[in-house]
Amino acid sequence: MNIAGHLSYWLTIFLTIAGLYIVIARGNLIKKLVGLAIFQTSVYLLYIAPGKLIGGTAPIVAEQFKIYSNPLPHVLILTAIVVGVATLALGLALVVRIREAYGSIEEDEILEQDETHSPDITNKQA
Amino acid sequence: MTLLMMMAVVTVAIAGRRNLFAVVILFGIYSFLMATVLVALDAVDVAMTEAAVGAGISMVLFLSALHLGRNEEMKPLHKPFLPLVVAVATGAALAYGTLWLPAFSDPEAPIHQHVAQRYIAEGARETGVPNIVTAVLASYRGYDTLGEVTVVFTAGIGVIALLRRVRRRKQGGQA
Amino acid sequence: MKDYLVLRVIAKLMIPFMLLFALYVQFHGDFGPGGGFQAGVIAAAAIIFYAIIFGLPAARAVVPDRLVETMVASGVLLYAGVGVAGLLLGGNYLDYFVLGRDSVAGQHRGIFWVEVGVLVTVAGVMLKIFYMFAGRDRGEDA
Repeated sequence: MNIAGHLSYWLTIFLTIAGLYIVIARGNLIKKLVGLAIFQTSVYLLYIAPGKLIGGTAPIVAEQFKIYSNPLPHVLILTAIVVGVATLALGLALVVRIREAYGSIEEDEILEQDETHSPDITNKQA
Repeated sequence: MTLLMMMAVVTVAIAGRRNLFAVVILFGIYSFLMATVLVALDAVDVAMTEAAVGAGISMVLFLSALHLGRNEEMKPLHKPFLPLVVAVATGAALAYGTLWLPAFSDPEAPIHQHVAQRYIAEGARETGVPNIVTAVLASYRGYDTLGEVTVVFTAGIGVIALLRRVRRRKQGGQA
Repeated sequence: MKDYLVLRVIAKLMIPFMLLFALYVQFHGDFGPGGGFQAGVIAAAAIIFYAIIFGLPAARAVVPDRLVETMVASGVLLYAGVGVAGLLLGGNYLDYFVLGRDSVAGQHRGIFWVEVGVLVTVAGVMLKIFYMFAGRDRGEDA
């Protein structure tokens, strides 16, 4: 194994664990969602990096190019990006509702409120 | 690659900052850097989507969600020792797993055999579309794109269901 | 924000170009990077830009709620409809080569309509989510 060949993987893994750390170590819900988005984008890198061929070009067929980078990860990651933003939108909608029901978006305060009394989670916005 | 180092710096800054507005802006910077890295990796379609979706729509949604709250700061700290251990252990396990992966840009890697060569060789001829990614997305793997559009649709109606305002008929409201 | 003259003028200059660029990305997706998703997001971003500068009620007057909700559903229907058209013309579901005179023309037509379906749904969903988030009141103590 050579260092230069695997350095891109290790940097990607650093981004992944940084995102994972933000999700599990911070209590603010919006920060958790940002950490989750970082985690997802680092996984995109992990998929696309092996598909690149040095000396190749983007996978659009043209006369003067002979070597193309692999288009298959591009397709998968395109789908993954759009699905990621869909889940992000749903997560943020949930955060908005949680904020209205509990009054805060800190995980500790929410858990504390759950233990002391059950909150009013009906639709307050008429 | 220097771009990846910059992204790592931005990520550490996101973990450290407590002002939520700054965190969201840093996430926008991270998305732009990610789009640039993707262009360097020859993934132009993906880079355009990541720039539009990550730095565009995600930022708008984050800022809207932030605006709807009363405060924009405050993320109190505990002593996050155990999560740090878990994250580093996971990273070490993943790094150990990548030792057997092929080196960066190895033409003999298994990813370049089998189906991808057929797509590159036959794609433009069979579908008449020079952009192989569009050809694969819309034609060869059309079912996956149908599923993806359905997921987007489901997210839309999910958000409608969550944030809809119910018109109250009587004074007592409804559960 | 519509009291600021510079923002209003810039918005009025840029929004047509943003919509035009969205259409360009959509139709040029066969020859360069692009396609339905990017075009849908850019089109939604243009309308969101209009809503940010001129206010949400103005944007709701231009693109009303019923239209957005129709867009959300009709894109998926269009995509599935292309598949059913493949069924009706003799092939399997989502077969494109039966849709035209020969195989390549059928593929062109199928890919075109499928990408239009994707554009409509993605633009509609992004815009609808923004409307939902922005239309919500701020809370008791703003």
